[in-house]
Amino acid sequence: MSLPVLESAVQPQKGIRRRKVMLALARNSYLYAMFALPALYFIVFHYVPMFGNLIAFEDYNVVQGFFHSDWVGLKFFREFMTDPYFWKLVRNTLLLSVYTILFSFPAPVIFALLLNELRLSLFKRFVQSVTYLPHFLSTVVVAGMLVNFLSIDGLFNQLIQFFGGQKIQFLNEAGWFRTIYVGSEIWQGTGWGTIIYLAALTAIDPQLYEAARMDGAGRLRQMWSVTLPGMAPVIIILLLLNLGHIMSVGFEKILLLYTGSTYETADVIQTYVYRRGLLDADLSYATAVSIFQSVLAFVLVVLANQVARKVSDTSLW
Amino acid sequence: MPGKKFDAFTLFNVLIMLAAIVVTLYPLYYMAIVSISDGNEVMRGSIGWFPKGVNFKAYQIIFADPSIVRAYANTFLYTAVGTTINLLLTALCAYPLSRKTFYGRNLFTLLIVFTMFFDGGLIPRYLVVNSIGMMNTIWAIVLPPAINVWYMVMMRTFFQSIPGELHESAYMDGAHDGKVFLRVVLPLSLPIMATMVLFYAVWHWNSFFPALIYLNDKAWYPLQIILRNIVVEGDMAQQSNALGGDLGTLVIANNIKYGVVIVAVLPILLVYPFLQKYFVKGAMVGSLKG
Repeated sequence: MSLPVLESAVQPQKGIRRRKVMLALARNSYLYAMFALPALYFIVFHYVPMFGNLIAFEDYNVVQGFFHSDWVGLKFFREFMTDPYFWKLVRNTLLLSVYTILFSFPAPVIFALLLNELRLSLFKRFVQSVTYLPHFLSTVVVAGMLVNFLSIDGLFNQLIQFFGGQKIQFLNEAGWFRTIYVGSEIWQGTGWGTIIYLAALTAIDPQLYEAARMDGAGRLRQMWSVTLPGMAPVIIILLLLNLGHIMSVGFEKILLLYTGSTYETADVIQTYVYRRGLLDADLSYATAVSIFQSVLAFVLVVLANQVARKVSDTSLW
Repeated sequence: MPGKKFDAFTLFNVLIMLAAIVVTLYPLYYMAIVSISDGNEVMRGSIGWFPKGVNFKAYQIIFADPSIVRAYANTFLYTAVGTTINLLLTALCAYPLSRKTFYGRNLFTLLIVFTMFFDGGLIPRYLVVNSIGMMNTIWAIVLPPAINVWYMVMMRTFFQSIPGELHESAYMDGAHDGKVFLRVVLPLSLPIMATMVLFYAVWHWNSFFPALIYLNDKAWYPLQIILRNIVVEGDMAQQSNALGGDLGTLVIANNIKYGVVIVAVLPILLVYPFLQKYFVKGAMVGSLKG
């Protein structure tokens, strides 16, 4: 906006400007009255906690309160980063995210491509309705279903036994956690994820398909050379957004599914913040850990965006 | 399409789609049939496609359990009150921001969108909720998520698409912004409002973590917490009392575990077919604007 220039030009008439603002306020008094409540909401539940993060730099103590606890600088950050557990947390967080992106991100892309090739629109709509459904189940329900199905005499072990295999304690073996987590993400998200891709496909010019056919392209070739490029910008944008969340894996689901014996692979930064902060009441330490996570996430989005801008024309900013 | 031949690719594709349908629906179906099957058959693992020894004992126990019934009622309450607050505050936020005459709207929008990227974090928000004295009250559940910025932006975009002439003619008739909002804008905004109600309501129905951290009093627990205790943690203490003995408990434990999941999912399954088109439309608006 060109406000600074304007201001310097109108400097001697500052009173006029102020009167203009007052007039705008008065004329729209109803709008400001409406906005008061939302503004209060954002201050109380977003901006106050944002500044509340400062407790990471003090030895916060509930009795002394925010304003009277002692400042300790970076003590808790240093403590966290020299903790041997630090690397395990970072590793688990990154790996779970990377696996999710690697496996559950492409699933809706492929599924949308296939859905798009269905000629029977009634069948197509039915498939869509069914596959959207898991998106609306709560995390607790999905975790509950996993616990039931993966238990020692659950569905999966019955199948394994039927084929003559050995029963597996899925939820107590650290080696299985990532597979279970990512698999359930795919189950829940694939159908819902196709919505946006299918929307992007409606914008593709049908002439492109015609031209491709003229050049002798078969269905697969059309899919590869027309449909996929048509989805590309949306894919890149979504990939970037996903990379932005790389540090915040589905923490609620992990919280529900992990057990002491799977901490090895399942404990992530956010679950650690929850345990240290709310269960052990190490409020300052946990806040420092969570700030560390935000900063790292921010750096990763910026990096990802930079790469996307270099590699393709699409980027978030 | 006329003259289309049924090639190998189509066959392959249809098979994949059928597989997707089975993989999606079978778990839910399986939960349902196990919950009404004979406990001994369940333990033997002989339930596959059809229920065996159909009985509704698990559901009798579930609905006779006061803590489950109360949790159900609590969830309804949180969903109703929460969604009302969501709708009210989101609209109050979105409408002013959609008006060009609203001085400072760019700054306000920026400050609000900023909160999407820089979140207060778990602990500081907990401390705020705690220090306002909202612990163990419904307010801790319904107020902190009152406005979803993403949905607010969706709603604002919708309001902006309403032609300005309508506003002007209302002003001519002497209406102020509050009146214009109630009489002109809201009646035109039913589609977006319906979408919002659905999204927010599903969110409240499914929400579990806020209840976990803000509520200690069992009387306030929502369904998802009970569900977690029974299904995920395997805590059947209360339900075994209802059974009156330990012998039967083990046999019927699986029925109950699967049954509570069905009970929790049922309302969503029932409304789902009717609301589906709104969900899809809403998701499209929401994601394409991003």
